[in-house]
Amino acid sequence: MAGYLIRRLVQAVLILLGVSFITFFLLYVLPADPVRQIAGRSATAQTVENIREQLGLDKPFVVQYARYLGALVQGDMGRSYLQKTEVAELILSRLPATLLLMVAAIVCELVLGLTMGIIAALWRGRAVDQTLMVTSFVTVSAPQFVVSLLLLYVFAVKLGWFPIGGYGTFAHLVLPAVTLAILGSGWYSRMMRSSMIDVLRADYIRTARAKGLSRARIVLRHALPNAILPVIAMIGIDIGVFMGGIVVVESVFGWPGIGQLAWQAIQRVDIPIIMGVTLVSACAIVLGNLLADLIAPFIDPRIRLR
Amino acid sequence: MKNLLASTAVMLALALPALAQDYAPDPNARPGGTITITYKDDVATLDPAIGYDWQNWSMIKSIFDGLMDYVPGTTTLRPGLAESYEISEDGLVYTFHLLKGVKFHNGREMTAEDVKYSLDRVTNPETQSPGAGFFGAIAGFDKAGPDGLSGVEVVDPSTVKITLSRPDATFLHVMALNFASVVPKEAVDEAGADFGKKPVGTGAYKLAEWTLGQRLVFEKNADYWRPGVPFLDSIVFEVGQEPVVALLRLQNGEVDVPGDGIPPAKFTEVMGDPAQAARVVVGGQLHTGYITLNVKIAPFDKLEVRKAVNMAINKERITQIINGRAVPATQPLPPSMPGYTEGYAGYAYDPEGAKALLAEAGLADGFETELYVMNTDPNPRIAQAIQQDLAAIGITANIQNLAQANVIEAGGAGTAPMIWSGGMGWIADFPDPSNFYGPILGCAGAAEGGWNWSKFCDEALDAKAVAADSMFDPAKAADRLKAWSDVYMGVMDEAPWVPVFNEERYTMKSERMGGEDALYVDPVSIPVNYDYVWVKQ
Repeated sequence: MAGYLIRRLVQAVLILLGVSFITFFLLYVLPADPVRQIAGRSATAQTVENIREQLGLDKPFVVQYARYLGALVQGDMGRSYLQKTEVAELILSRLPATLLLMVAAIVCELVLGLTMGIIAALWRGRAVDQTLMVTSFVTVSAPQFVVSLLLLYVFAVKLGWFPIGGYGTFAHLVLPAVTLAILGSGWYSRMMRSSMIDVLRADYIRTARAKGLSRARIVLRHALPNAILPVIAMIGIDIGVFMGGIVVVESVFGWPGIGQLAWQAIQRVDIPIIMGVTLVSACAIVLGNLLADLIAPFIDPRIRLR
Repeated sequence: MKNLLASTAVMLALALPALAQDYAPDPNARPGGTITITYKDDVATLDPAIGYDWQNWSMIKSIFDGLMDYVPGTTTLRPGLAESYEISEDGLVYTFHLLKGVKFHNGREMTAEDVKYSLDRVTNPETQSPGAGFFGAIAGFDKAGPDGLSGVEVVDPSTVKITLSRPDATFLHVMALNFASVVPKEAVDEAGADFGKKPVGTGAYKLAEWTLGQRLVFEKNADYWRPGVPFLDSIVFEVGQEPVVALLRLQNGEVDVPGDGIPPAKFTEVMGDPAQAARVVVGGQLHTGYITLNVKIAPFDKLEVRKAVNMAINKERITQIINGRAVPATQPLPPSMPGYTEGYAGYAYDPEGAKALLAEAGLADGFETELYVMNTDPNPRIAQAIQQDLAAIGITANIQNLAQANVIEAGGAGTAPMIWSGGMGWIADFPDPSNFYGPILGCAGAAEGGWNWSKFCDEALDAKAVAADSMFDPAKAADRLKAWSDVYMGVMDEAPWVPVFNEERYTMKSERMGGEDALYVDPVSIPVNYDYVWVKQ
């Protein structure tokens, strides 16, 4: 177990190094000059060159990357080019909102998705299965902006049940979390359905049925723990998606998450922020997957970590 | 007699105290209350040496003051922290007499030392100010660094003498720019790079709270040196709000001014409802949207072709695409800018005439080219309209739909034959005709990386522009505007641009907002002049 953990952590560091290199390189070759964004339109050539020099953007790629990494290992993610604020501070200030929405949305997604998936699997091929699968297909493909605005309009503006966007109380959290759950639960229901169908075909389920166990017991005690493994792996991926930011939902509901920060930074070629957000979300994906792998043996004792 | 003449000539000082009373705040204004303004994007910084976008510009204006200022709602200069000033006969020495007893938000009195420190700071390369170049006329600018500007001298605690290396008629406007705001050294030293998050100025408001990614709160500066203002107790800026949602919240009474304006998708609905339309203030804006024609790329090197393109574009139809939120443009300057040439009709829409010109240039069968455009609505739709207009005279324009930074890059590098400026169009830094020339039409801007995307460079016009800007004497202001008008007419003869439209401003406000309409379309404070608006009830 300890050996496994160390190996995975070393892997994680290598992955993050790779991600940082690729992102840094892509931003370097991008045909957009961050200095132009900082200097603005009225800047003289002298001002532009001065800013380039001050930020070290006149140095070759290798030097720039080495400097970035050097600062990074000392815990310094740099300062935003345009906001001049520490990137770590910008990300940290938005992290609580992002984590809160992530947890709430994943819980809602799981409740919704797993229920739909199990029901569809049990009544496979029937009308209820087909209805659920079409529904999940529709929600997965629905445009985020439209769904978000629709829910906001109906439940906040018209019915007045929730505040019109914002952050702070539980009431603020409901609509964005439910919106994300509706949009994302389709993935979970489809995965749960197919995984459940496979398990239900297995010999031990037939045995359980032959023993005369109740249907509820078979599904909940014997089938579910076995069928849920791929879903857990999926949560790991989902965490990464949420940490990378859910731009549209965040901006409609005025949710101060990381997505808006990343989106604005990309628009303005604010490289330190783009790097910071990328690395944080890459970390989240790596950790999410690691957690999923670590949890798996507890649910299914056949799995052993080596 | 001779003596008297000489001394009046030396003192070109204006009757400043009289001018200062030109603007009387609304007598019905009621002090107190809080308003809420929303924005989609984060506020970048409140450091006056750094902040340079339309969102933080007016916020910085309310926290800081410079030596000069504008009469609210107009483009007329008025003194700010300077009580009066004198300009020497040769136009090279400006002596500013400061108001006494003005206090920074930290309680310390502002002095001439602070003025010098602020100008030294903004021009010091280490500050990385995007506006450093505006101060290029001050003596010693070339050697600006930690030792400061040799041209800025403290005469006594309430007098600053600024020496220029060349006459600059725009210098008083430059002193009204946010970049020239007076900042206290101790506060800058203490906050370091975070001064933009912990601003300390002399302005009408002070920053009370800044929760990153969520909101900023401005609080009234009770010791503000201008009597009677500001009226509001506080202003809350909420960021991260989608414009459509901001509008819904305004309709629900939660928001007073949506900072990003009325979203295009909702514009017809809002203006079609008399109750809502009544709360929209419309005004001119110092903005021009244009198509650049790169004179270095064939066939735009031919004057006939550039004129033909000017005649091919149906500007009326393009303004309809943006719901008529603009007026068709005839020239680079917008109508509300001093120096605008009244009565000039520009190139009229005439596809047949355009075809004839193309034939004259030996391109009767047309040609193929590229049109660069920024990828946010409504710009791609406008580009399509341009594409159709060009197709009608035989020109095939392929649209390059890119992110803003990429369009700016292509424009600066000179690789883009045509660019639609939408989303990047020129909005004046200060209300003076010279501001529409240098960076975007002059030779200096045509260098690699510059904003003169036409790469148009006419030495004779440049010389005329320099001559116009050396007419510093306020008595010759009318002549100077005429000279600038001539420069822009010269530009139109060469047709490096197709001026397409001048955007109008539509500011929506809640029912309880008071103050004259001009404050809501203030040319230098977008969206509103925070110092003078007030709330009813």
